[in-house]
Amino acid sequence: MEILEFENVSVVYPGNVEALKKVSLTIKEGEFVVIVGLSGAGKSTLLRTVNRLVEPTEGIIRIGGRDITKLNKKELKKMRAQIGMIFQNFNLVNRSRVVRNVLAGRLSYVPTWRTMLGMFPLKDKEIALSALERVRIGEKANVRADHLSGGQQQRVGIARALAQQPQIILADEPVASLDPPTSHAVMKDLRRINKEDNITTLVNLHFIDLAQEYGERIIGLRDGELVFDGPASEVDEGVFEEIYGRSITDDDLRGGTQVAPREEG
Amino acid sequence: MPQGKKVKAQKVARVFWVDRLKKLGALVIIAFIYIWSARGVGFSLLEIIRELPSFFSLLGEMIPPNWAYSRRLIAPLVETIQIAILGSFFGAILTIPLTLLAANNVTRNKYIYFFAKGLMNIFRTIPELLYAAILVAGIGLGAFSGMLAITIFSTVVIAKLTSESLEAISYGPLEALQAVGGNKLQMIRYAVVPQILPAYTSYSLYVFEINIRVSTVLGLVGAGGIGVPLQTSLNLFRYQNASMIILVTFILVMAIDYASTKLREVLV
Repeated sequence: MEILEFENVSVVYPGNVEALKKVSLTIKEGEFVVIVGLSGAGKSTLLRTVNRLVEPTEGIIRIGGRDITKLNKKELKKMRAQIGMIFQNFNLVNRSRVVRNVLAGRLSYVPTWRTMLGMFPLKDKEIALSALERVRIGEKANVRADHLSGGQQQRVGIARALAQQPQIILADEPVASLDPPTSHAVMKDLRRINKEDNITTLVNLHFIDLAQEYGERIIGLRDGELVFDGPASEVDEGVFEEIYGRSITDDDLRGGTQVAPREEG
Repeated sequence: MPQGKKVKAQKVARVFWVDRLKKLGALVIIAFIYIWSARGVGFSLLEIIRELPSFFSLLGEMIPPNWAYSRRLIAPLVETIQIAILGSFFGAILTIPLTLLAANNVTRNKYIYFFAKGLMNIFRTIPELLYAAILVAGIGLGAFSGMLAITIFSTVVIAKLTSESLEAISYGPLEALQAVGGNKLQMIRYAVVPQILPAYTSYSLYVFEINIRVSTVLGLVGAGGIGVPLQTSLNLFRYQNASMIILVTFILVMAIDYASTKLREVLV
């Protein structure tokens, strides 16, 4: 069943910068899609049109068959609540405790007055804590976010998305600020959650080895255009060279271990 | 090429001399400003030397401080602290909306933003003692006018400092909360407040320290506090009382600074 459909979606930024050019694609429920391309190819823009952090200039985006480009403010917030997002720089509130960062994922499910007083219902606290357990950092719940390592911070980011109990997870370069072993650990977490919960997952990556290893389906963007869409098994170096428009270098590879890395302190 | 080198060397030398002349010119101008100011205030070393004996005799009249008088200073001293505490508190509350309005990453409406910024800058140009004098004239003598003056001053100063910190917060957490479907209030509460709370607390304490100093002299314009007996003592040539007031004021300011520093360590 299709959960996400793009129909001729274009995004033009101020100054006539075409970030996305008439992209059409369909994503089925539970798919794990990796979007590859050079920086500036439109990966971030594509991802952000799904939850309308970036407004499409033209075209239609449907989630579960419903056109989301016409939603009003209230409907938009409701829709966003169903979509988890993970960021390259984690986007945590550094000075807040881990559990508070994860509870942020519950904001749109809890009445505003309760969130203003910081009084989350017990049920939501339980959801937040179990989300932390899912990414194996339950014991860090009361630690300040900036006292964690990069990999742990990203897992808090994943937990925040999980706390939303989302239908879709968007991950924008989730491992770009991490070292190779941690990158693999985070990709494995994303993959595992995708399988266990059947959450449709879209991941932006520019590392081709990670894309091949973890992606089921790969979408290639170049200069805002969709230039490849197919199963990861069909993708080889030649395909990546076509997507990138140049030959592949070491910088396009994350490298690192294939075996499960040790837990970080 | 020697020819080219020579031209280059000449050029360097010329730039060097032009640079020197500019610096010399600047020095001359600064010197003129100082001389002009000195004439304006009637600066004279001779005057200092001539007045030195009468200054020392005044100091002599101040010593020893009138210890017995200190008991009558407790009430105005407490009032001084109360003026500063309440003025700082109301200022710290009133500053919150102004801070939000005067930060361009929270207030997207340009007109509101510039209005708030403008309001802040205009009110900040007026010194506290002037506010106090105006309020004394309007509302009447006493500590209440002094407290209001301090409130106005604190509001704009904390807003000025905090709004600048607010404009420098990282956008990431805000984007994340937008992505989870949070509303504007929630974004402020969960992404903005945690990021600016340390700066806000620190600036509020800083302003409180200033306010203690200001409230010690508010009495000079009749706005309450320890400045009132100081004014009276000086007018009546009770120099031993005046020196006692100066002494307790000094101790008060030191104690408040110390307490404020400790509080900052705990809070920030």
